[in-house]
Amino acid sequence: MAIAPERPRIYQGSRIPSPIPSVLEVREDLRTSEDVLTVNFGPNHPSTHGVLRLVVDLHGEEVVGLAAVIGYLHTGFEKNMEQKSWWKAITYAPRIDYLSYQNNELVFVLAVEKLLGLEVPSRATWMRMLLAELNRIHSHLVWLATAALELGAISMFWYCFRERDRILDLFELVAGGRMHTRYFQVGGLAEDVPPGFWAECAKFVEVMPKAVDDYEALIDRNEIWLERTQGLGLLSADDAIALGQSGPVLRASGVDWDLRRAQPYLAYDQVDFRVPVYQEGDVYARYRVRMEELRESVKIVEQAVRRMPGGPWIAEDRKVVLPPREELHTSMESLIHHFKIVTEGFSVPEGEVYMTVESPRGELGCYVVSDGGPKPWRVKFRAPSFVALEATATCMRQALVADMIAIVGSLDTVMGEVDR
Amino acid sequence: MEVQEHHGETTVTVDTPRLVEAALHLRDELGFNFLSDVAATDYLGWGAKGVSGYIGTHRGRDLNVPSTQGYQRLPRPKPRRFSVSYHLLGLRAGAPRVRLQAWVDEDEQVPSLVSVWPTADWHEREAFDMMGIRFEGHPNQRRILMDDDWEGHPLRKDYPIGGEPVRFSGEA
Repeated sequence: MAIAPERPRIYQGSRIPSPIPSVLEVREDLRTSEDVLTVNFGPNHPSTHGVLRLVVDLHGEEVVGLAAVIGYLHTGFEKNMEQKSWWKAITYAPRIDYLSYQNNELVFVLAVEKLLGLEVPSRATWMRMLLAELNRIHSHLVWLATAALELGAISMFWYCFRERDRILDLFELVAGGRMHTRYFQVGGLAEDVPPGFWAECAKFVEVMPKAVDDYEALIDRNEIWLERTQGLGLLSADDAIALGQSGPVLRASGVDWDLRRAQPYLAYDQVDFRVPVYQEGDVYARYRVRMEELRESVKIVEQAVRRMPGGPWIAEDRKVVLPPREELHTSMESLIHHFKIVTEGFSVPEGEVYMTVESPRGELGCYVVSDGGPKPWRVKFRAPSFVALEATATCMRQALVADMIAIVGSLDTVMGEVDR
Repeated sequence: MEVQEHHGETTVTVDTPRLVEAALHLRDELGFNFLSDVAATDYLGWGAKGVSGYIGTHRGRDLNVPSTQGYQRLPRPKPRRFSVSYHLLGLRAGAPRVRLQAWVDEDEQVPSLVSVWPTADWHEREAFDMMGIRFEGHPNQRRILMDDDWEGHPLRKDYPIGGEPVRFSGEA
């Protein structure tokens, strides 16, 4: 699997535990000694990003055994979505990953559109891309804030949340809600973009790169930060691919892979951006990838604001798309369509599709099966956080208990998405 | 083996005994080095509702339950109750994808692909937990999202929504 043959070897062979790839088992000689202490880390612990439980075997300070236990936030989203019409099921998607909600919404809507064979107007496509990138910045900011907080850089939290709040203000301007906007509709957008948005968004584009400079000034060359992130949580490119890692974790292991460029969706083939790749495969590399992605996402937002096409923001297909509000008073057909879509929902042709987007955490997939009726037969999300946690055992080899927090943090998992 | 093309996606259906062989061929000969997802689906009751023209379910018409109208036409029948779909990706130019699909009935097993793609570990545990599909040769076949002592498999079609036992429900 020579993906990046020029990358340096960060370790020989594979470090994936065997026979269970996700469980690091205590070595035979240590198992009989009385010096190994089993500690339950979580499910309620301030640094586990939610309700992750790690069962850790410690030999002094060293982590010699590890198993991740999940499921504490299982809410049955997929089962619920099977009970709702396609139209209502969109509401569930953003709640799965509550930090990158628009990307979740997007992947589900794209999957339904693929089944329907629906053409989306270009204004909606560009607006979706703009919001998906704002959402990426939002998600990376929350990651940076909390990951730095866990390692003691408390002020990072305030700085990052300052900019995060500006993004939430933008979402509020567009969709009326700050989180879980449910702004993407099958066929386009729920509403047109309010005119005041563009000026505010342009202001944000100006502020954000300077804010990233501030973050870097605070921690990029900070001795403590470097000491606690460099050379830790190693994951080689081959191990990362074998473990199905994606997104910043994969790119920090030297694999030049980004779905936005490898398999362009929306309008990503028409904008200019760079995919940051680092070879070291450690916590610091993952941090660097995300920092550079912040800058690249700002660039995409800037281009989207500048080049936003005009025209309709939702498709014309009246069997799927709600008619304009004002028509309901004058047109009998519009009223019927509105009533049918809201009560029964629209039918989606029989078939199965697997749609993917590059979410802030990596490849976010959505497998949708339709039986031709008004409700999804099956919805399955491929959650990048779920997969990222599989790599904890590999990353945590030879780690100390204090490094564990930095390593788990660097995988950027959102438990809502892990447990779904 | 059967290859189908729908919505621009390729589905390769194989018999379960040859699943590992097919997976190795796809990984080593055709370069699908990345297992993206394992999705199990339950097709119990597939196409059992009425066809358009009637409105309602087998219990009759229910105005309070939306979406009780039947299909426009009956969907194509499925060979077995469960499908297990492996979504594969080749990390190279063009990002080729393929869906490897196996079909099983309730008491049948699927060979585990953990030895082919280590990432299958948790995906297969999830499929077991949610759908009750057993993977032969999985090194750690346990529940993953539900409790170890949970009864039933929640994403099966015969598992009712809101059907978990609650204390005091039904008591006066």
